[in-house]
Amino acid sequence: MSKKVTIDAKGVYYRQLNEQIREAIAAGATEFVLKNVNSQRYIAGAVDGHVKFDLDGVPGQDLGSFMRGPYVRVRANAQDGVGNTMDDGLIVIEGLAGDVVGYAMRGGRIFIKGDVGYRVGIHMKAYMEKLPTIVIGGKAGDFLGEYMAGGILLLLGMFSDKPSEPIAGRSLGTGMHGGVIYVRGTVPQEQIGPGLTAQPVDEADLAVIQGIVKDYAKELKLDAKAIMAESFVKIRPFSHRPYGNLYVPA
Amino acid sequence: MKAPERYYDFQKDISGCGVFGVIDTKKKLIKGEMPISAMACMHDRGNGLGGGFAAYGIYPDLADKYAFHLMCDNQGALESAEQVLKYYFTVHESHPIPTRKVLAIKNAPLVWRYFLTPKKERPQEVREMGEQDYVVNAVMHINHKVAGAFVFSSGKNMGAFKGVGFPEDIADFFRLEEYSAYIWTGHNRFPTNTPGWWGGAHPFTLLDWSIVHNGEISSYGINRRYLCEHDYLCTLMTDTEVVAYELDLLIRKHGLSKEMACKVFAPPFWDEIARMPKQEKDVYTALRMVYGSALLNGPFAILVADNTGLFGLNDRIKLRPLVVAEKDNMVFMSSEESSIRVVQPELDRVWMPKAGEPVIVHLEA
Repeated sequence: MSKKVTIDAKGVYYRQLNEQIREAIAAGATEFVLKNVNSQRYIAGAVDGHVKFDLDGVPGQDLGSFMRGPYVRVRANAQDGVGNTMDDGLIVIEGLAGDVVGYAMRGGRIFIKGDVGYRVGIHMKAYMEKLPTIVIGGKAGDFLGEYMAGGILLLLGMFSDKPSEPIAGRSLGTGMHGGVIYVRGTVPQEQIGPGLTAQPVDEADLAVIQGIVKDYAKELKLDAKAIMAESFVKIRPFSHRPYGNLYVPA
Repeated sequence: MKAPERYYDFQKDISGCGVFGVIDTKKKLIKGEMPISAMACMHDRGNGLGGGFAAYGIYPDLADKYAFHLMCDNQGALESAEQVLKYYFTVHESHPIPTRKVLAIKNAPLVWRYFLTPKKERPQEVREMGEQDYVVNAVMHINHKVAGAFVFSSGKNMGAFKGVGFPEDIADFFRLEEYSAYIWTGHNRFPTNTPGWWGGAHPFTLLDWSIVHNGEISSYGINRRYLCEHDYLCTLMTDTEVVAYELDLLIRKHGLSKEMACKVFAPPFWDEIARMPKQEKDVYTALRMVYGSALLNGPFAILVADNTGLFGLNDRIKLRPLVVAEKDNMVFMSSEESSIRVVQPELDRVWMPKAGEPVIVHLEA
């Protein structure tokens, strides 16, 4: 049975707000409507289980960090560090998001409608059934997917307010050794990290993209067909665990 | 306010910090409450070891005078500094900067304000200097040679207010809610490698220039030596000081545009220069060759103001956050969007500028 809690977060310091949320969860709350959120850090941070958060306003740094399971919707822009090391669940941002979205993310999904900042999806990793996924509807800054070790980044470049900029910044995928970056349309070679190239997608890739886009479009009320109407390219690592033998030879 | 000794015995300043700036391009005055609330929203970006503000348009009745703000350890230091001021300038007005007692602000120095014009009969050794160089020389003289006295603001119709404390407490101390300005910048400091002392708080200023900075100028050593060759002496023990003086050197003295100066601070990478059309390639190559020692290395998001406008700039790989927003004639620049929303909930546009690409806003003439 769901239990809904509404909190007016206006002027509430982040510690008090998060304490209130944790206490309510301990008392059985499964759904939160947070009104007038502005600047509070760590909302939904480390929350475990199927809890829903509906945020009206701009949350502070590290939204949903370390969370395992919640569904978080932000009806505004988000700042830096969204989904830092998150483990499971879904974060939907209806506006843009700042730097280091999904840093070291290990599972779950992040859907962003607009542009994102720098170093998004760096150090993402995947293990067994854990497959972290980030979809960016707009354009991305430099170092997207840097040192990526697993998971999926899907960059659409469609809902951006930066018409003259390339779809991805410099050093795209630099040092990646796992996972895949899908880009709608094309990406200039000079934006891609050393040793990497954009390759055409195959049927299996398209099936994966289609599945992600279906959910993404539904969450953000977008037209999945229009998103799929363009071709995609993929960027994959050229090495696998290059330092695997460094300390403990296999 | 004691400035620690062995000032040379440090490398750099790694900081969290928060910055905020707002400009009304039509020069409509913005009350102090706005930047104060915005900075208070980012309270947790600092640690109470530095806060400050710069405000433009606050001394309209004395707009033709240089407004010097001084901080001094004691009455003796203030008197020594005043002697230097009287040596170079005619003093039109002088009084303590209005402050109030604030529990959170401890060991405040004496803060004094002077409105000055250069003397008609200038001292022999500096008679040939241009007026602004003359003012810079006087600032350097006090900061370098008068023990326990520092000029922390020396422009016209503008002023810096800063010290050790959270920005909202520093604002309370200096009664900044009583001021209105058409450009404000604010800073919340989180010093790590250099001392949290009154002179080391931001903004750093020289003439009309003011800068607030989140980050760390790793190239401080080479920038400082470069400035030393051009008679700018760093005395405030914080990396950001070099940026204030480089602005004055590059823009005022060398005549570079703000855009060009930004390309000196955060130049395009060599591989980007290699892909440029010939003319651009030549310009950027020349800038890097001539001004290599002025390049700012390390992470930064800076907000720079003068009496013509406000600009924001990130280091070229964007190691610090910066958000820009517009509402009617106002442009906001901040470390966090929420600090803008808290003072202006509705915005026309919000975006994060590209690394190394300045966002320059000019006041309308």
